[in-house]
Amino acid sequence: MQDINIKITDRNGVTHDVVAPTDMAMNLMEVVRSYELAEEGTIGICGGMAMCASCQCYVNSDNKLPEMTDDEDAMLAEAFNVEDNSRLGCQIQMTPEMEGLEVTLAPEI
Amino acid sequence: MITTDILIIGAGPTGLFTVFEAGLLKLKCHLIDALPQPGGQCSEIYPKKPIYDIPAYPEILAGDLTHKLIEQTKQFEPGFTLGERAETIDKQEDGTFIVTTNKGTKHHAKIVAIAGGLGSFEPRKPLIPNIADFEDKGVEYIIKEPELYRDKKVVISGGGDSALDWAVFLTDVASEVTLIHRRNEFRGALDSVEKVQELKNLGKIRMITPAEVKGIIGTDKVTGVAVEKKGEDAFIIDTDHFIPLFGLSPKLGPIANWGLEIEKNAIKVNNALDYQTNIPGIYAIGDVNTYPGKLKLILCGFHEATLMCQSAYKRIFPNKKYVMKYTTVGGVDGFDGTRKEAPKAVVKAIE
Repeated sequence: MQDINIKITDRNGVTHDVVAPTDMAMNLMEVVRSYELAEEGTIGICGGMAMCASCQCYVNSDNKLPEMTDDEDAMLAEAFNVEDNSRLGCQIQMTPEMEGLEVTLAPEI
Repeated sequence: MITTDILIIGAGPTGLFTVFEAGLLKLKCHLIDALPQPGGQCSEIYPKKPIYDIPAYPEILAGDLTHKLIEQTKQFEPGFTLGERAETIDKQEDGTFIVTTNKGTKHHAKIVAIAGGLGSFEPRKPLIPNIADFEDKGVEYIIKEPELYRDKKVVISGGGDSALDWAVFLTDVASEVTLIHRRNEFRGALDSVEKVQELKNLGKIRMITPAEVKGIIGTDKVTGVAVEKKGEDAFIIDTDHFIPLFGLSPKLGPIANWGLEIEKNAIKVNNALDYQTNIPGIYAIGDVNTYPGKLKLILCGFHEATLMCQSAYKRIFPNKKYVMKYTTVGGVDGFDGTRKEAPKAVVKAIE
């Protein structure tokens, strides 16, 4: 088992140092949920299927992220508050390559 | 007035299975759902996604699951009020309830079971500061009556199937159709994208990309929209209607104002007993409820529906004794006159 260290800035602007496991098939949205960094019911509404954009985040570090799928790209085309560094948290798996990841949660819609 | 024993708000998997469990107890059900068809999130958002944790189904598509659930309920002849949102609830002196929808349809029930999942699906509204001032005054998030746009100027915003399809449709109705999207690429059915391209080439659709509507112009009603296009100064387009089509988002909706105890966007229930809310006679089951240890899984919704129906029965018939029977033993008596039962073993004397 290998844990990784990531920084998540919540919707109130508070940055949290978070330790995330890489052996539980978790994605970033699930990490946010497990640490309760966003109010229940406001993140991962679709369950992590790239269908709601409630887990949109801005990636501030230069980690090599998984390539964006068509579904994620389509969802971000419809979402609000989208920036060039926007990704859906549900599509970012916690792997050793995510060590040092820094993200900011997009505003709730 | 529609009358029933149990009024179920939400026709997703949990709501549908409630019909079956209530039916075993000879209780009639009626369902209200804001969506135009039963099935909830499973049929609206991800009908083609496989689900792997339904008991006895190693894999089943969400749409197929809801189809089978609907089949299972048919023998108990549930009623449906679809495309309407439960708006208000009034408790009567005798402990029953009257629930009225946003279209004024009234339902009288002994028990209300909220199986609303994530809530009712409502249009996602773009972040335009004054947009709320113009709702139903030229801003519409859903096209209900296309004739409203006859010979009018229309601006549609969005890049999905809905925006594409309505842009195509309205070229035959409106005097002018403008489609604005934040990207140059559209993520819709290929047919729809090609049709929009064709109409654009014919000059029947004006396309502005990559661009966003950032403001609405008008006093009593919409007269124009302010547009920001990359690399250009902001400009205004004259229009009679602005139709933002950005999909649907689930909201708890008017249920949040019913006096129920809410915690983190979910309804608190007594899970140790029967999933009843703080208002006697109103239950909340499935993803819409919360209690210590809650898991938002379809199979948990089925379990909660089963226990809730037993409690509802006791509430409706406080003096009747009910003994739980297995369907393998007692069979299933449908309200439609059908009866299902296990075949009886042949008993024959041996001479």
